[in-house]
Amino acid sequence: MGKWLRGAAMTDLRSELTDDGAPQLSTQPVEVTQAEFGITGWLRWAWRTLTSMRTALILLFLLALASIPGSIFPQRGSNPIKVNQYIIDSPTVGRFLDKLGMFDVFASPWFAAIYLLLFVSLAGCVIPRMLAHWRILRSRPPAAPKNLSRLGDYQVVPQVDGQTPAELLGRAHDGLKQSRWRVDLHEFDGQTGWVAAEKGYARETGNLLFHMALLCLLAAVGLGSLAGFRGTVIVREGSSFADTRSQFDSFQPGRIFNDASLPPFSFTLDKFTADYQRGGQQNGAAREFAAKVTVKDEPGAAADDRLIQVNDPLDVGGVKTYLVGHGYAPTFTIRDAKGVVVFRDTVVFLPQDGNYTSTGVVKAPDTVPQLGLTGFFLPTAAVDQILGPHSTFPAPDDPAVFMSAWDGDLGLDSGRPQSVYKLDTSHMQRLGIKAMRPGESWTLPRGHGTVTFEGFKQWSSFTVAHDPGQGWALASAIAAITGLALSLLVRRRRVWVKVSTSAQGDTVIEVAGMTRSEHASVSDDVEALAADLAGRATSVTGQ
Amino acid sequence: MVNVTLAEFSNRFVYAAMVAYTLAMITFAISMAATRGRDLVPAVAAPAETASGGVAVATRVETTVGGPNDGALPPGRRSANIAMSVTWLATILLGVGVLLRGLSVGRVPWGNMYEFSITSAFAVSLAFLVLSLKRDLRWLGIFVVVPVLLTLGLAVSVLYTDAEQLVPALKSYWLVIHVSAAVICGGSFCVGAAVTMLFLVADAGERRAAAGKTYSLNWLAKRLPPAASLDAMAYRIHAFMFPLWTFAIVAGAIWAESAWGRYWGWDPKETWAFITWVAYAAYLHARATAGWKGRKASVIALIAFGCFLFNYFGVNLVITGLHSYAGV
Ligand code: HEM
Repeated sequence: MGKWLRGAAMTDLRSELTDDGAPQLSTQPVEVTQAEFGITGWLRWAWRTLTSMRTALILLFLLALASIPGSIFPQRGSNPIKVNQYIIDSPTVGRFLDKLGMFDVFASPWFAAIYLLLFVSLAGCVIPRMLAHWRILRSRPPAAPKNLSRLGDYQVVPQVDGQTPAELLGRAHDGLKQSRWRVDLHEFDGQTGWVAAEKGYARETGNLLFHMALLCLLAAVGLGSLAGFRGTVIVREGSSFADTRSQFDSFQPGRIFNDASLPPFSFTLDKFTADYQRGGQQNGAAREFAAKVTVKDEPGAAADDRLIQVNDPLDVGGVKTYLVGHGYAPTFTIRDAKGVVVFRDTVVFLPQDGNYTSTGVVKAPDTVPQLGLTGFFLPTAAVDQILGPHSTFPAPDDPAVFMSAWDGDLGLDSGRPQSVYKLDTSHMQRLGIKAMRPGESWTLPRGHGTVTFEGFKQWSSFTVAHDPGQGWALASAIAAITGLALSLLVRRRRVWVKVSTSAQGDTVIEVAGMTRSEHASVSDDVEALAADLAGRATSVTGQ
Repeated sequence: MVNVTLAEFSNRFVYAAMVAYTLAMITFAISMAATRGRDLVPAVAAPAETASGGVAVATRVETTVGGPNDGALPPGRRSANIAMSVTWLATILLGVGVLLRGLSVGRVPWGNMYEFSITSAFAVSLAFLVLSLKRDLRWLGIFVVVPVLLTLGLAVSVLYTDAEQLVPALKSYWLVIHVSAAVICGGSFCVGAAVTMLFLVADAGERRAAAGKTYSLNWLAKRLPPAASLDAMAYRIHAFMFPLWTFAIVAGAIWAESAWGRYWGWDPKETWAFITWVAYAAYLHARATAGWKGRKASVIALIAFGCFLFNYFGVNLVITGLHSYAGV
C-alpha cells in the first residue's frame, strides 16, 4: 500500500523532519491523491479512498442525512399504528415511501449500507494507525532537525557562564524527564549535542481509543438486537403475569434469542396508583405513577412486595420490567332474561386522550344471539355537543360508561383473528345506547336481559426487556468519551535543546518546539525551557 | 408543594435581567461604533499566525481591539467596560431568577422548555463572563448578549409555563445530569456559532483587503480580532464541547434505558441529537482534512448548530415523540 502506508506507519520521523521540517505528530493517514493502474492498482486505490478521511467525512454526512426521514415519517419499529394510518390516508405516496423504506429507515438496507461502509472505513483506517502508534510509543523521540530556527517556536538562549555543554544538556534532560516528557539525549561530541523530548502521546492514544470504541459500540448494539428481546403486556389490578412468551401481548425476540433464557419470574399487580395535578396551567398532568406488585423470582419462591415506577424498573436476573402505561378496566355483568349471569369480566379499555377518555369492547359469545357492547369509559364524565361523551380529568372523580349494545353474530367463529378492542358489527344490529354510573344497570330491549356496570379497576402496561449488549455498549460509550476528551484536550508536542560550539568557539544554546495539535502552541514549553537553561527559572513546565 | 411567591419573584428577576441585558446590548453597540477598528491588511493580522499554527487568543486580541493603551482610555473602551458591568448585573439578576424558580418547585430549574431556556441563557452569559476574566472578550459581548436576550424573550413569551411539579417521566437524577450537560452544551454551541460567524466575516474582510477589494461587512470585520485567532477560538470551544455533548447523549441513553427499557430507539429527539453529534464530528474531521479547513469547516459548524436548534425548537414543538414534556 505504498505511499499511504508509509505515511501512516511513520516510524522514521527523522527523514521526514529534515525533508520539510514539519513531520506529523499523529498517525492520521495521508490524503490519497493519485491512482495507479491495473486491477491491483485499482483495488488499492479503492481501499485507500474508502479509508481516507475525506470519505469518512462524506459518509458521516450521508449518515446524518439518511436519519432525517426517520425523524419525520412515523417508524414501524416505534409506531406501527401511525404508519398504517399514513398509508391509509395517502395510499399512493404512502406506498411509494414504504417501498423506499421511509417507514423503516433505521432497519433499511441503505441505512445499513452507509454505516457499514463507515465502519469498514473506520476499521481500515484505525487498525494500521494503531500499529503505527504502537511502534511510535516504543520508539525514541525524533532527533533534532538540522536547522532548528525553521521551527515556529525557536529561541537562542544567552550564554550561561560556568556551564559546560554536557552540563547544560544534562540539565535540560533531567528537567524534562522530571516533567514527564519522553526524553532522548545525544551526548555532546565536542561539536554538538542535543536533547529531544516529546509529550502528549495520549492525544493519539485517545483518538484511536475513541474510534475503536465506536466499532465496539456498533458490535454491542448488534449483539443486543440479535440476542435480546422485548415484550409488552397489560395487567389488570388483581391479575398476574408470568414471564413466558405466550403471556405477552406482543413479543419481539432477536434473531438468535432463546426462550430458555427467559427467567421464570411472575408477578401480580396488586394496585396501581396515580396522582394528578389539580388546578393551574397544567391541570391534569400526571405527578406520580406507581404499580404495587408481588413478585416471585421463580415458581415456588417467596413472594416479595415491590413498587415499579417510571424510571424505576423491576429487575429480575437482568430482565427488566418497566411501567410504561396505565388505564381503566370497567367490570360488566350481563344477565339473560331469567337473571342468570352469562358474562362477568373486567375489560381493558384503551385511553384516547390525556384525560383518559377510554374506549373498549365487551363480547359476550355465550348468549343467543350473541351480544356485543362498545363505548367509552370516562373517569370524570362529561358530555357536550362537539366532543360527545368525554372525560375532563384523568382521575376517577366521577366515573361513568357510555355503551351501545349490539346483538347478532360476533364473528368469532369465522376463524379470522379478531382484535379484542374492535367489535365487528357487520352481522349485528344495534340495540341502543346508555350511560351508566357504577352499580347501575341497563335493561336491554327485545328481552335480552340486563347489563350492569359494576365498577372498575385500573390496569398497567409493562415492557419486559433484556439486552445482553447493553453493558458492552455502555463500556464502549465510556471509552469513547474518555478517548474523545484525551484526543481533543491533550497537546502533543516536541521540544529540542541543541548545544553547539560556534566557529568563534562560543557555546550556542538553541531551544525549539513544534506541535501539530490544532491551534495548540509549544511557546510556553519553549519559553520555560529556555528560561530554565538561562538560569532564570527553576523548572520546566509541562502538563 | 409549589411556592407561588418565590415563583412570582423569579419571574420578576427574569424581567429585570432582560432590562439589564437590553442596556448592556445598547452599550456594547455604542462601544462598537466608537471603536476605531484595525487595519485589515495582512501586515496587522500576521502576528496571529505563527508558523506552527499556534495562536494565543488572549494577548493578541487585547492588542488589536481598541488599539494600544496609551494612558487615556481608547475610544469605545469606556462604554465597553460599562457594558461588561451591566452584563454582570444582568447575569446576577438572571441567576437569582433561575435560583428562585428552582427553589419555588424544590427541584432543578430545568423541567420544561421555559426553564431550560432561562437556565441556558444564564449558563451562556456566566460562561462568557468567567472567560472574560482571563482574556479580553469585550468585542464578543454584543454577540453573546443578543442571543441571550432572544432566548429570554422567547422564554417569557412563547415558552412560559407556570412553576409546577414534574411529570413522573422526568423524576430521575438523570434529569440533573443529562439536562445540565445539554444546557451547558447548548450555551457553548451558541457562543461557538457566534464566534464561527464572526470568523467568516473577519476572514472575508481580510482576504478581500489582501486582494485590494472592499467588503460590505468591513465595518464589522475591522472591529474583530484577526480571523486566525477567531478560528482558533471557535475550534477550541467546539473541541471542548464535543466530548461533553457526547456525554449528554450517553447520559440520555442511560436514562432512556431506565425509563423506557431501551437505551436507543430513534425517537425524533434521539435522532436529532445523533444528527447534531454527527455534524459536529464532521466539523472536527473537516478541520483535519485538506481542502476542508477554514471556511468550509466553519460552515459545517454552523449547520451543526442549526441541527442543535432544530432539536430544541423543531422537535419539541413540531414533531411529537417520547420527549414531549409537560406544558412544553
Ligand atoms: C438516547 C436518549 C436521549 C437522547 C439522545 C436525548 C437527547 C437530548 C438532547 C439532545 C437534549 C438537548 C436539548 C434539546 O434539544 O432539547 C435533551 C434534552 C432533554 N432531555 Fe433528552 N435525550 C435522551 C433521553 C432522555 C430521557 C430518557 C429523558 C427523560 C424522559 C430525557 C429528557 C430530557 C429533558 C427533560 C431535556 C431538556 C428539556 C427540554 O429539552 O425541553 N431525555 N435530550
